Amino acid sequence: MRNILAICKRELLSFFVSPIAYFVITGFTLLVGFFFFNYFSLFLRMYQMAPYLQMRGMPMPNLNQTIIEGVYQTMLVILVFLVPLLTMRIVAEDKRRGTFELLLTSPVSVSEIVLGKYLSLAVVIFVMLAITFIFPLLLIVYGTPEVPPILSGFVGVLLCTLGFASIGMAVSSFTENQIVAGVSSMVTLLLLYVIQAPAESLDGTAAAVFRYLSPVDQVQDFVRGVVTLKSTVYFLSMIVLGLFLSQRALDALRWR
Amino acid sequence: MIEVRNLCKSYGDYKAVIDVSFTAAKGQIVGFLGPNGAGKTTTIRMLSTFLPPTSGSATVAGFDIVAQSDEVRRRIGYLPENPPLYGEMTVEEYLRFVGDIKGVPRASLRSRISEVLERCFIVDVRRKLCQHLSRGYRQRVGLAQAIIHEPEVIILDEPTSGLDPRQIIEIRQLIKSLGRDHTVLLSTHILPEVSMVCNKVVIISRGRVVMESLLSELSRDKSLEQVFLESVSREEVVDAAACVNQGA
Repeated sequence: MRNILAICKRELLSFFVSPIAYFVITGFTLLVGFFFFNYFSLFLRMYQMAPYLQMRGMPMPNLNQTIIEGVYQTMLVILVFLVPLLTMRIVAEDKRRGTFELLLTSPVSVSEIVLGKYLSLAVVIFVMLAITFIFPLLLIVYGTPEVPPILSGFVGVLLCTLGFASIGMAVSSFTENQIVAGVSSMVTLLLLYVIQAPAESLDGTAAAVFRYLSPVDQVQDFVRGVVTLKSTVYFLSMIVLGLFLSQRALDALRWR
Repeated sequence: MIEVRNLCKSYGDYKAVIDVSFTAAKGQIVGFLGPNGAGKTTTIRMLSTFLPPTSGSATVAGFDIVAQSDEVRRRIGYLPENPPLYGEMTVEEYLRFVGDIKGVPRASLRSRISEVLERCFIVDVRRKLCQHLSRGYRQRVGLAQAIIHEPEVIILDEPTSGLDPRQIIEIRQLIKSLGRDHTVLLSTHILPEVSMVCNKVVIISRGRVVMESLLSELSRDKSLEQVFLESVSREEVVDAAACVNQGA
């Protein structure tokens, strides 16, 4: 446990001494703020047209559906691009500058290295998402949205981001080149993001499988306030898979 | 303390280390001498459990480097060829991190850090970032990192490479002082370094050990220089001569 915390602490120091964490967090907040503003304007516009919509028997605009769902889903797209920037250096940099030799010849197990590094990513991600929670909070303070779906949606986005980070770390473990790690994880996450596309032209089990694999659909459940075992298992398995692959990649390095 | 038996390492078809055997007793400073590319770093990486051997075995501090690698890691201090520093940490932060992962008890960590800072002459740079240190200081911080947990065995890969003459003298004195209570294995391609620092020499050439001898036994009839030139194969005489000249 001491080893895990020591490695996590060291990684956090790297994140916050170098400007990476600040840039990613600032960029993320800026983008989410921009989209929040847009969805908010959209809501106002729809609200002005409410009498007309009512007349036509169309559904009334709703804070949760218009703003919260929109913002949370957009966050996923942004994260597909930003998470790789956080994860690309996490292992690759150690390999390149030779500090990996220090870690591997110390009485630290590979799992402790992996968990320590992942924990530091989890902390950065939590801080990053917590800052953007200010936008839903504005709605809660000044409006009357349904609060539980906002919270469960946040948990869903958090779980999904942790899954993305786990995959990003696994990719970083396979290379010593940060750019390769960054690009490969971006491609992987983007593929995962659009993986439900083939479901359109398929049916039956195949379509169901593709739909299940999509993080977009899984987060949607959380955003609607439905925390299902299925979605939770989906994200947890994504996290575990990434950690497992990182562990294997580093183990292979030790015994090659 | 270190016992190496028929250690081999191949990378595909290329045999980097062939059948290397030697021993190092407690309290000895063993010089691992050889021309560039002789297999010194590969052997050292195997002994420090960073690389697995292709065949053969070795024990360090009484533990097998493959089967009991965790126990070995607890008992060695290792300075790779390039000091494994984290540029964005200060020297003090770095040593605290290494102390943590090497299992130095929390209560004594602070005193251990100030001790190695003094011992390696880096007290005045302790608040500097590692990336701002000169080569000589980086090497000394690397050495401090290797001894912070008072390991039984210290393994140093070319500890004086890239240093200026004054720094070389300081580092050699430091290594000598370490030999009093630790077993030290240091690799070098500089011949006089061995006679100045070590009490045992193992000469390696083209992946094979060509000679293993105590320095006291050696100097009676021939100088180390003669022995070295005779023991490395003829094709390598040019390389070997370069080693001799470099130290002069």
